[in-house]
This record gives sequence, C-alpha cells and structure tokens, in this order.
Amino acid sequence: MTPPFGSHRGAVRFLWPAAVALLSGLLLLLIALPVVGLLFSASPRELLAGLADPLVIPALRLSVFTTTLSLLLILACGTPLAWVIARRTGRGWRILETIVELPVVLPPAVAGVALLLAFGRRGLLGPALGGAGIGIPFTRAAVVFAQTFVAAPFYLQAAVAAFRRLDPDLVLVARTLGASRPRVLGAVAIPLSWSGLAGGAAMSWARALGEFGATLMFAGNMSGRTQTLPLAIYTALESDLHAAQSLSILLVVVAFVLLVAVRAGARR
Amino acid sequence: MTGLDVEVHGTAGALAIDVSFRTSGAPLVFAGPNGAGKTRALMMILGASRPARGHVTLDGVPLYDGARAVDLPIEARRIGFLPQRYGLFPHLDVLGNVAFGIAAAPRVERVRLARQALEDVDAGALADRRPAELSGGETQRVALARALAARPRALLLDEPLAALDVSVRRDMRRFLAARLRAWSIPTVVVTHDRADAEALDGDVIVLENGAITQRGRLADLTAHPATPFVRELAG
Repeated sequence: MTPPFGSHRGAVRFLWPAAVALLSGLLLLLIALPVVGLLFSASPRELLAGLADPLVIPALRLSVFTTTLSLLLILACGTPLAWVIARRTGRGWRILETIVELPVVLPPAVAGVALLLAFGRRGLLGPALGGAGIGIPFTRAAVVFAQTFVAAPFYLQAAVAAFRRLDPDLVLVARTLGASRPRVLGAVAIPLSWSGLAGGAAMSWARALGEFGATLMFAGNMSGRTQTLPLAIYTALESDLHAAQSLSILLVVVAFVLLVAVRAGARR
Repeated sequence: MTGLDVEVHGTAGALAIDVSFRTSGAPLVFAGPNGAGKTRALMMILGASRPARGHVTLDGVPLYDGARAVDLPIEARRIGFLPQRYGLFPHLDVLGNVAFGIAAAPRVERVRLARQALEDVDAGALADRRPAELSGGETQRVALARALAARPRALLLDEPLAALDVSVRRDMRRFLAARLRAWSIPTVVVTHDRADAEALDGDVIVLENGAITQRGRLADLTAHPATPFVRELAG
C-alpha cells in the first residue's frame, strides 16, 4: 500500500512547478509587456520626430533644473537630520522618524492637497507668505516643494540606515581625538556611509524626477514654468503620442541606469 | 595639581554607579567582572555619558563638575581613548589615522608629527597600509600612536590586550607597560587579567555591581582579597 503522503507528494511534485511558472509568468508579463510596448511600438524615426515636439525641450530643462535643486535641498538638510535621527534613541525621535517616512505611503493626490493647505494662499502659511509678497503655488518653487516632499523620505531612510551601521566606537574615538561634531559627520560618518548615502540619493532623485500628482495639483501644468517631464508626457498624450512615447523611453532609460547603478553600489 | 581626579555617581540601566579614584604617573588598573559598570564609568570620564553628580578634574582643570555646571564636550577634554577593537578609521590609511588628531596647521608638519608618532611605537613601516591589512598587534600600535599624537593629558584603555592572540599578547603587554611608564601621563587600563596588572605595576581598583569593592597594590589584593572576584583575579 502507498502511504497517503506519497500520492500527495506526487501530485505536488508535478503541480507546484507548473503553478509557480504560471503565477510568476503572469506577473512578469504584466511588468514587462508595457515596457516592451513602450520601446518597440514606434520606429526610431518616429521617436526622434517625437522629441522635436515643442513641449519636450522646456520640460526636459525644467526637470533637470528642479530635480537638481530638490536633490541638493534633500542632501543638505536630510544628511544632518538623518544623522541626528540615527544617533538619538528617545521615543520622540522614533515618532519623528515615522513622520518623515509618511510621504512614502501617502497618495500623491493627498500630498498635493496637503501642500496647498500648508503653502497655498488660504493655507497655514498663506497669509504670512502673502504679506511678504511671496506666492508659492503654481511656481517653480512649488515644483521643488512637491518633489522634495515626496522624494526626501527615500534619502532619509537610506541615510538613517547607513548611519546606524556605523561603529559607534569610531565616532567616540574621533571626538576624543579633538574632532568637533561637524567634523565627525564630515570626516568619518559620511565617508564611511558613502555607498548607502549615494544609493539613497539616487532613489530620491528618481522619485523626484517621476513626481506627477502632487506637482500637478500644487504647481500646475504650465509649459516652460511648471511642466516637468511626467506632466509633459501627460499633456503630449492628447496631441502627439510619439512625443509622449519618446519622453517615456527617456525616463525608462534613466530609471533603469539608476537602478543598475544603485544595485551595483549596494553589492559593494 | 597634576593627575586625573575622578568622582562620578550615576546609573547604567538599573545599576547604580559610584566610582572615585585619583591617579597620576603610573597606570591605574581598573578591574571588575562584565556588567560591573566599567565601560559606563569610562564613558562618564570621557564625556560620552553624563554622571548624575560628582566631578572629573584633569591636571587641575575641571572637565565635569555637577555642582558648578561644568561639562566640557568630549573633544575639549584631551583624554585619549582606545576602545577594545581599537577603532581605527577603515577609510584612512595608517598615516591618515595618526594625523587625524594632530591640530598643527600646515599639512607637512602634520605628516611629520604623524610619522614621528608611528616611529615612537616602532610602526614607521606601516604608514601607507590600510587598517584592514594590519595584524592585531600592529593595529594596537597604530591606535596607540594615533591617541598619543593628539597630545592627550590622560589615556583610557579598554581591555587593550583582550583582542590579541595569546602568542602576541605577552610581547604587547611588555611593550605597553614600558611605553605607558615612559609617557607617564595619567592612564587607566581596564583589564581582567592578573598578568596585565602585574606588568603595569600600578594601583588596582576593583569595580563590582557599580561600586568599588577594593583598591590597593596587587600584592595587597592577593594577600587580602575582599571578595570572591578579587580572589579569582589575584589568584
């Protein structure tokens, strides 16, 4: 007589690989097919012609400008913040850590509303800013605000994790050798956390580059002023599909190169 | 008034810590079982952990004084520190490590002083190496050179020989004892090893459960151990 387990095992041995192949194949198809469609559904000449669309150059320029600014802002303010969060142990700091990670899970539309309610004309800081003659919404500054809001957490998370991996003895020894706290950060902590910080910066920049929803709501969609690459794609879709496609391929290539670089950096 | 004068009271978790001693010249041996609060006491002296009250005075200069609200930051205390794993900066070569704490302005002068500090511990040949390429004994020499190059007024060493292989420990012990005697600045050496205490030939204080249970010369501790731990240490 065959033991009951044996027959089950026979069925599982046959069915399990088939099920795995089917399920993972479905998901792979769903992920890969749109990329394939993007890359191969137009001829190179059509794609090049798409890049000549008048929307393209201003959007490209604006995206490079605003994401660079956002990234600099995130690095300059996020590095000290991540260092403090990584070094402190109090409960207040854990709560703060959770708060700064919130934008990662926030729907972009919510981020747009939240930014308007903070910096909009009728928002929290609206009267103060208005009194000083400053209007943030629907300007380039708003684009940078939106990008920074959604992208900063990616850098912060990576930087906090990298700083936590640092041997605390090194920090203490550096200070006994006379190094001030800024020097410890600049000469010991940052060089030793370099790959983690660079990976976080790359992810953060990719997120800023792709920012769409919050920018649309908070900064608008004005060509040459607030229309970044993702917004230009959205606009071009109505008039010139090939322009949308060319810009999309450009973003895919940039994202792919970044991903490969980050993974190579993480492996080192 | 020269020397290191310490009286610190505080807590480490549930443990109450009360440590007082005065030392100058000969190294002070700081012994005690794991979890007795030795590391926390060192941190209080260095300024990495704030005592509840007490004072830390170095060559007459108050570094910490609970009553007078004096609390100098770590980098202003001029106390050299060697952690158990020595804590060399892995991203700098040996020369860069030793030069890190040298305040001298021109770069050439810093490099000259760093090379000299390495020569002083017979490690001049290691200048261009990376910390990862050093043996245990070499790492310790470099860490000592680095601490000394910063011209500290006192030195704290946390189990300086524990990370070494038994084969090199004896040589390094002799080397360390000779150098500490030659440098002759107030020094505290944490150790569990009777052989270390013997070689260093200074006063011994024993910390158990946060409080000092015995102090004196090693010979006195051996003759009249106050606790089972001291008997084991001295035995």
